[in-house]
Amino acid sequence: MSAVLSILVVDENRARAAIIEDGLREAGHSRVEVVTETAGLVRRIETLNPDVIVLDLENPNRDQLEHFFQVSRSVQRPIAMFVDRSDTASIAAAVDAGVSAYIVDGLKKERVKPILDMAISRFNAFNRLTRELQDARTELADRKIIDRAKGILMNARKLDEESAYRLLRKTAMNENRRLADVARGLVSAHSLLGDD
Amino acid sequence: MPRLDDIRAGYLPLLDSAVLLVAADKGFAEARDVRLILNRETSWATIRDRMGVGQLDAAHMLAPMPIAASLGLGPLAVPMVAPFVLALGGNAVTVSNAVAERMATTDPVMDGPAAAGQALRRIVEAARRDARPPLRFAVVHRHSSHNYDLRYWLAASGIGPDRDIDITVVPPPLMPDALATGQIDGFCVGEPWSTIAVRRGAGHIVTSKAEIWRRGPEKVLGVSAHFAETRGEVLARLILALHDAAAWCEDSANREALAALLAAKEHLNVPESALLPALEGRLETAPGKRRAIEGFVTFHGAKANRPNPDHGQWLFRQMVRWDDATDSETAHDLAAAVFSPASYDTALGRLPPNRESKRTLSENDRPTRLYDVSGENPASK
Repeated sequence: MSAVLSILVVDENRARAAIIEDGLREAGHSRVEVVTETAGLVRRIETLNPDVIVLDLENPNRDQLEHFFQVSRSVQRPIAMFVDRSDTASIAAAVDAGVSAYIVDGLKKERVKPILDMAISRFNAFNRLTRELQDARTELADRKIIDRAKGILMNARKLDEESAYRLLRKTAMNENRRLADVARGLVSAHSLLGDD
Repeated sequence: MPRLDDIRAGYLPLLDSAVLLVAADKGFAEARDVRLILNRETSWATIRDRMGVGQLDAAHMLAPMPIAASLGLGPLAVPMVAPFVLALGGNAVTVSNAVAERMATTDPVMDGPAAAGQALRRIVEAARRDARPPLRFAVVHRHSSHNYDLRYWLAASGIGPDRDIDITVVPPPLMPDALATGQIDGFCVGEPWSTIAVRRGAGHIVTSKAEIWRRGPEKVLGVSAHFAETRGEVLARLILALHDAAAWCEDSANREALAALLAAKEHLNVPESALLPALEGRLETAPGKRRAIEGFVTFHGAKANRPNPDHGQWLFRQMVRWDDATDSETAHDLAAAVFSPASYDTALGRLPPNRESKRTLSENDRPTRLYDVSGENPASK
């Protein structure tokens, strides 16, 4: 086994794949390949013959890959799932983060663990960013819909902005719904009635 | 309002996830004070991983999967039980147009697995004689009924699954494309993927699981043995909810509502019309050709949901036969215990069976509902 590990990152999400690749390079790994298309993946693995494969847990081709690792004669070295050589805590952390990894037989745990830990923390960071972005988008959309609902109320009920907002909030509290949901209901009812 | 007990369950978007989806969507779980939180997954490997680390309490599983997990095969293996059978049948064997045409020259009718098997054998023998590469068939997972039923049928037809055929794994939604582009020559997969392949003009259905092994278990509810032991009371309520949901799924009056639920974007995300042939038991085997297949998919009725230890043993024997497991008396007993009906019987208020879950199927016994088994057989389950 060569001193430099060959690592393959498989992720259809290009941004996340790039983040993992960066992390690996920063950690001093020079032989890193990234595949973002799963078509022809098995053939790529045959050619690259990697020591470590880092893969999105939700990749739909995992059953196919695992079968290939088990039976294919074209894999020169047996490949096992990382969990065979990990502790329970890091297995749970990997599944939580959405990472799976496959490792060539004979690799020492100490060489693999830092790679896995890095992938886990970067997946988590990426997931957090995605969630924050999603939250920010939702918040923006919520604010827009609440503004429209306020406008409708101000027009229809001749309320000032503050009172319109208070009416919305009271309705939300009474009905145990989110303010934005009440606003959305109002806006869609209004547009259905067509007096826009 | 009573407090609901949460159960997190994973499923793969396939026709036979119906009972779980219906239990969650049509109020059957809530009626038993269970909140069934469903997670759509993308592979059996992910279901196995999430079960292994305890992210899921239960899952839609290929019938051999809990046996494999209990035997410690593969990563993240934890002891599991299969306290409820979610579906019988539901799979079809589909071959490419080229293979179907050549099969038809041997036998244009091909009614049933025996005839289809002989027609396929001719092609396989010709390929071997001419030193052509073997036909390549795909299944969804090594530890799947698809794999074992396909192998059983091939072997019974005089075709060596390992010698004469190349068997690979392809995810169900990619099967029609793989067939259309010639990456594979045939596959065994759950519906609606054969119907979709036929409608796309990629192949013909030549036989089905319901014909190879009538009323054979296809998908089960898998739970960890730990969950079954520590949350037995909640599991019993889940079993009751699934029982009600299964009866609903089997009722032909609900067929269209079921197709609509399954077809939804957040579930299978396919046209409703792709699900109806399987639900009606009238498969479109080729463009313009329909064939009624008795009991093509069964969700409920005549003990369909009750785990049968003989089936566990039979599946284990198939695993041994094809070198996926090592034979031992202990392993045999374990496979029977995975399919123990005890939780099911307790939940339904029936007396648990008196016998222990031990080996009952002897070396030469086969389930009588296999297509090539006739006459009296002690394992007539």
